[in-house]
Amino acid sequence: MTGRTPGGDAAGAPGDDPVPDRIHARPVPRPGRWVSAVVLLVLAAMAVNALLTNEKFRWDVVWLYFRDVTVVRGVGWTLVLTFGSMLIAIVLAVLLAIMRRSDNPVMKAVSWGYIWFFRGTPIYTQLVFWGLISVLYPRLSLGIPFGPEFFEFRTADLFTAFVCALIGLSLNEAAYLAEIVRAGLGSVDPGQTEAAKALGMKDGKILTRIVLPQAMRVIVPPTGNETISMLKTTSLVLAVPFTLDLQYSTNAIGNRLFLPIPLLMVAAIWYLLITSVLMVGQHYVERYYGRGFGTQTSGGRRGRGPGGRGRRPGKQDLIAASGTTKDDPFLEVTP
Amino acid sequence: MSGTHDAPAPAAGTPMVQVEGLHKMFGDLHVLKGVDLEVPRGSVCVVLGPSGSGKSTLLRCVNELEEITGGRIRVDGELMGYREVTKDGRTRLHRLHPKVVARQRSRIGMVFQRFNLFPHMTALDNVAEAPVQVRGLSRSEARARAAELLDRVGLADRADHYPAQLSGGQQQRVAIARALAMDPELMLFDEPTSALDPELVGEVLAVMRDLARSGMTMMVVTHEIGFAREVADTVVFMDEGVIVEQGTPEQVLGDPQHERTRSFLAHVL
Ligand SMILES: Nc1ncnc2c1ncn2[C@@H]1O[C@H](COP(=O)(O)OP(=O)(O)OP(=O)(O)O)[C@@H](O)[C@H]1O
Ligand SMILES: [Mg+2]
Repeated sequence: MTGRTPGGDAAGAPGDDPVPDRIHARPVPRPGRWVSAVVLLVLAAMAVNALLTNEKFRWDVVWLYFRDVTVVRGVGWTLVLTFGSMLIAIVLAVLLAIMRRSDNPVMKAVSWGYIWFFRGTPIYTQLVFWGLISVLYPRLSLGIPFGPEFFEFRTADLFTAFVCALIGLSLNEAAYLAEIVRAGLGSVDPGQTEAAKALGMKDGKILTRIVLPQAMRVIVPPTGNETISMLKTTSLVLAVPFTLDLQYSTNAIGNRLFLPIPLLMVAAIWYLLITSVLMVGQHYVERYYGRGFGTQTSGGRRGRGPGGRGRRPGKQDLIAASGTTKDDPFLEVTP
Repeated sequence: MSGTHDAPAPAAGTPMVQVEGLHKMFGDLHVLKGVDLEVPRGSVCVVLGPSGSGKSTLLRCVNELEEITGGRIRVDGELMGYREVTKDGRTRLHRLHPKVVARQRSRIGMVFQRFNLFPHMTALDNVAEAPVQVRGLSRSEARARAAELLDRVGLADRADHYPAQLSGGQQQRVAIARALAMDPELMLFDEPTSALDPELVGEVLAVMRDLARSGMTMMVVTHEIGFAREVADTVVFMDEGVIVEQGTPEQVLGDPQHERTRSFLAHVL
């Protein structure tokens, strides 16, 4: 196309411009913008300067321990805890959300009670509690309440520090995610369920094929936040105590060397790095679940532009832009 | 009610839809107050009536999207939603298992005013989804069949579009194809053209006209009087939860017997 750029430099001769006497107006002067931008840049430069030139940060130590085996292993454990507990929490949360929506009053009450308890107590307390579980119940057995028991084992054998940390984090997280999932399920137009029912689909299929995929659009962004938040919550597992994660291992090295600040910087940089990678991942997951929701207008009238995947521009864009359906193939198909 | 407990085997003469003494209440709101209606096999029944008269509710009851308060609905001779059990000379109703209800629904196609296409699936997958999930067809079989149906409604080249990329008329035609994919013996249309821009109404009505010609039994709620006159075998006029009058289009539209029908037609024509 010609004449796309406002300056009109794409058009060859001035006579090519389809708009006679095209407007080239000067923008409204906004000195405030310039002043505020300059002030912010100066402040940012000061902050960078303060970080880099202060000897006490000991950037040489930071760089050395950034690649330390214990630290990298700590990163590994932190990642395992983050993703492991998020996975368990998501499964639990979907169950809780479905229970909350069910007609069965017992299910509703149990789900409500669970969320009430795990949201109502601090995660630190819960982690300490899980660490003490083998003191509270030295032996666990599986059987019918007040009836016969099938088998028995020592609690400490199963509930290692890692398992306690994983359980503590995921049970707590499930309570928050359950509310997110519930909001997501509630955001799907009831007409979707009706249409699926009218086709003869059963409730389970309607949930997994129709409602959940659409709810994901609402569920994914806050779940991404929760994952990032979980990454940092794992630093509390010393309450169990679980001592292999990133925060604990950098802290231990820092105390041993009497250099707490550089090791804190090591941990901070690793957390930032992981968070950045997670944000990129979240972007792609959001894009996947946003497919088909390009720009839907209410009432399902004509949508414009390509869908979330954005892989079909071209013709459809032109049709949408033209605002007609004159190219309707139907007119040629029926007699 | 009537004395037909043992569900009669669907004889050729059985009407496709039999509604007897249907009542529906939403809490205290009495929406359907004893509706009796028969739709013969292969015929088209157009339901007219002012807003709030219970037309949508009637269709939704036939498809068991609403639980009925009283009366009986039979489709192809089969009692919908319930099982009649006669014990000691008394007839009791037992509600059917959701699985059975789902099977009953799968034989009835429904088209909604607001299309209700699945926005996260392409047009092709919208049509192919139910055959896969309900009938157990393989994905490729279902897609091949879906492509045929999209072709039938004139949308062969829109198969890969998401609903948001289609015009309202195209979306409604996909919705019709989606319902047809389950090989229904009865199609219900609830104001299928009311959400459409006027220039898109024709394409949807044309598909419906073709469907009627192919012998499909249809119940259509619409305000398109022209369509009713041309396609309907029976026209039913409803008001305040009862059928005021019914008959051929010539009778109801051309020579209405009731004052309410006359004033309604005066408004819409
Ligand atoms: N789920 C519901 N709960 C309570 N009341 C309802 C419900 N659905 C419908 N109604 C009421 O039942 C009455 C009939 O509604 P219905 O949708 O069947 O009317 P209609 O004839 O289809 O009208 P319209 O032409 O506006 O679609 C209305 O008064 C409506 O408010
Ligand atoms: Mg209605």
